[in-house]
Amino acid sequence: MERPIRVLVAKPGLDGHDRGAKVIARALRDAGMEVIYTGLRQTPEQIVEAAIQEDVDVVALSILSGAHNTLFPKITKLLKERGADDILVIGGGVIPEEDIPFLKENGIAEIFTPGTPTSAAIEYIKQHVNRAV
Amino acid sequence: MIDKKKLEEIKNKKEEWEVNQRQKVVSKFPERKKEFKTSSGIEIKEIYTPYDISDIDYLEKIGFPGEYPYTRGVQPTMYRGKFWTMRQYAGFGTAEESNKRFKYLLSQGQTGLSVAFDLPTQIGYDSDHPMAEGEVGKVGVAIDSLYDMEILFDGIPLDKVSTSMTINAPAAILLAMYIAVAEKQGVSPDKLNGTIQNDILKEYVARGTYIFPTGPSMRLITNIFEYCSKYVPKWNTISISGYHIREAGATAVQEIAFTLANGIAYVEAAIKAGLDVDEFAPRLSFFFNAHNDLFEEVAKFRAARRMWAKIMKERFNAKDPRSMMMRFHTQTAGSALTAQQPDNNIIRVTIQALAAVLGGTQSLHTNSRDEALALPTEDSVRIALRTQQIIAYESGVCETPDPLAGSYYVEKLTDEIEKRAFEYIKKIDELGGAARAIDLGYIQKEIQESAYRYQKEIESGERVIVGLNKFQIEEEPPKGLLKVNPAVEELQKQKIAKVKEMRNNASVKKTLEALKKAAEGDDNLMPWILDAVREYATLGEITDVLRSIFGEYQQQIIL
Repeated sequence: MERPIRVLVAKPGLDGHDRGAKVIARALRDAGMEVIYTGLRQTPEQIVEAAIQEDVDVVALSILSGAHNTLFPKITKLLKERGADDILVIGGGVIPEEDIPFLKENGIAEIFTPGTPTSAAIEYIKQHVNRAV
Repeated sequence: MIDKKKLEEIKNKKEEWEVNQRQKVVSKFPERKKEFKTSSGIEIKEIYTPYDISDIDYLEKIGFPGEYPYTRGVQPTMYRGKFWTMRQYAGFGTAEESNKRFKYLLSQGQTGLSVAFDLPTQIGYDSDHPMAEGEVGKVGVAIDSLYDMEILFDGIPLDKVSTSMTINAPAAILLAMYIAVAEKQGVSPDKLNGTIQNDILKEYVARGTYIFPTGPSMRLITNIFEYCSKYVPKWNTISISGYHIREAGATAVQEIAFTLANGIAYVEAAIKAGLDVDEFAPRLSFFFNAHNDLFEEVAKFRAARRMWAKIMKERFNAKDPRSMMMRFHTQTAGSALTAQQPDNNIIRVTIQALAAVLGGTQSLHTNSRDEALALPTEDSVRIALRTQQIIAYESGVCETPDPLAGSYYVEKLTDEIEKRAFEYIKKIDELGGAARAIDLGYIQKEIQESAYRYQKEIESGERVIVGLNKFQIEEEPPKGLLKVNPAVEELQKQKIAKVKEMRNNASVKKTLEALKKAAEGDDNLMPWILDAVREYATLGEITDVLRSIFGEYQQQIIL
């Protein structure tokens, strides 16, 4: 049987708004994925460490503090340094449209802005995940 | 209040109406939905009549404004006397920029200030701390030392404004800075008006800016209660907040149930610390959310007031009526705003603000249309403020207190919300109180269930959000959003370096050591913190001293 998709839902930065992170975590789990949630205030180093330790296929970042341009690229850079850049990295939160091209250039595969149904994120992950066979 | 015979007549007549009128229509034209419910899941009937509220004793449960149980409001005249305080939450970037926004808001007729701090400040990190990277000045103003606070309130006479500060874990430090700025302006602490949020319990369940574990956090809070009752008597020492609990996904019933349960925990802690209930309880204030479900929200505010009065009188034997009066600030629901067709948010905010006013709020923040996208621009904030002014001056809803009282529906709903919220409080009492219920993850779990249910309702289309899952249009990405100057972090770092160079470092060291000693013992920490602040010890330095004694809170991860 195929192993379920493993997802790390992570909250980088200092903001404590984790309603979205928890809702998406539940929705991914209900869609048959294995989900690990890091909790609040995770540094890029902690997130990358957890992603590698937990051997996840996807890192889903949630941020509402406005620090995405600083923290997201740091996470993808660290993943690359650890040879884990096959992990699909996606992000969500209050992220202005105009910041998205920069984030995509820096290895964030997709950004989901407010109002996105959880089904859209689920579909995206299913279609884009890099599965080690 | 209607005699029995008349009531019987109404009941019979209603049954006739049901058969002769309603059923006939419904059999041909079914209603829009199988069942009608409020956002808390309270069933809404086909019609409400005097029969539905016949068991509600007017004098006992509703009464008069300014009198127990305060269902109709805390002042006898309510908005016939004066309007609520129009208070827009603001702050971003540096103290200089925020000072400019404050002066703009005051010039536009705003009547009180409300300070938003950036996340490093809220979590007790200076701007040059590694954890602060990328966060400085983003969601509020960066304050590192008394120097920043002096700039923030430059040219604003602190005896003339009331200032609300959204600060929790390091509330004692920011309050000390405010007192120190006032001293420099020649204003004595007993002249100061304002509020600190200072509500740590909801940080553990909903907002996330905690630092210390529960025990020492509760100590800091009771220290503030005690200090202010002596020296800053007009200050609201806590704003017990349901706002963030609601934003995290709670229903209206859960919002007031969990908030009042937290309130009970603070009162118990203060009494346990040896304070007399009537000494500190008059300075307790509350902070609620105003959502879209207009009548349920109004009923919620009325129920909350009645419940708190009863709790203070019967559970804590308060004697001073002011201890029983629930005064509250309201903010419209950020989570109800959509990033799609953002101008629609102006209408949502209007309905929510109306709910707050019909519910008898003491102050109000109206959200701006662009807040699902970024911090609001000046134009958006002005529309939000104008929304309040139009309700106040043009709508006519302020001309008599509690105008929805006596509505069969609203009274019934008020009663039902009260009943359900008291059930939750009973359950929390059985678990050992709010702090214990939080440690057990009970409250977090309840909120998450509601949040997930709400999201599923939107995705199934059962709950319509205009512009989001119905009536969508193709849109261009919004332009002209507020951008926080990325140089803020560097500017703040330079300021810290300058402050550290100019202050008397020997005195700083001495005051920090004294604070450490006090923290190890049982002293009230406020005077020690104030001493350190006056010497320009930074927020991070003071917090680090407390961290070294108190330790840090470890989050419960519950999915």
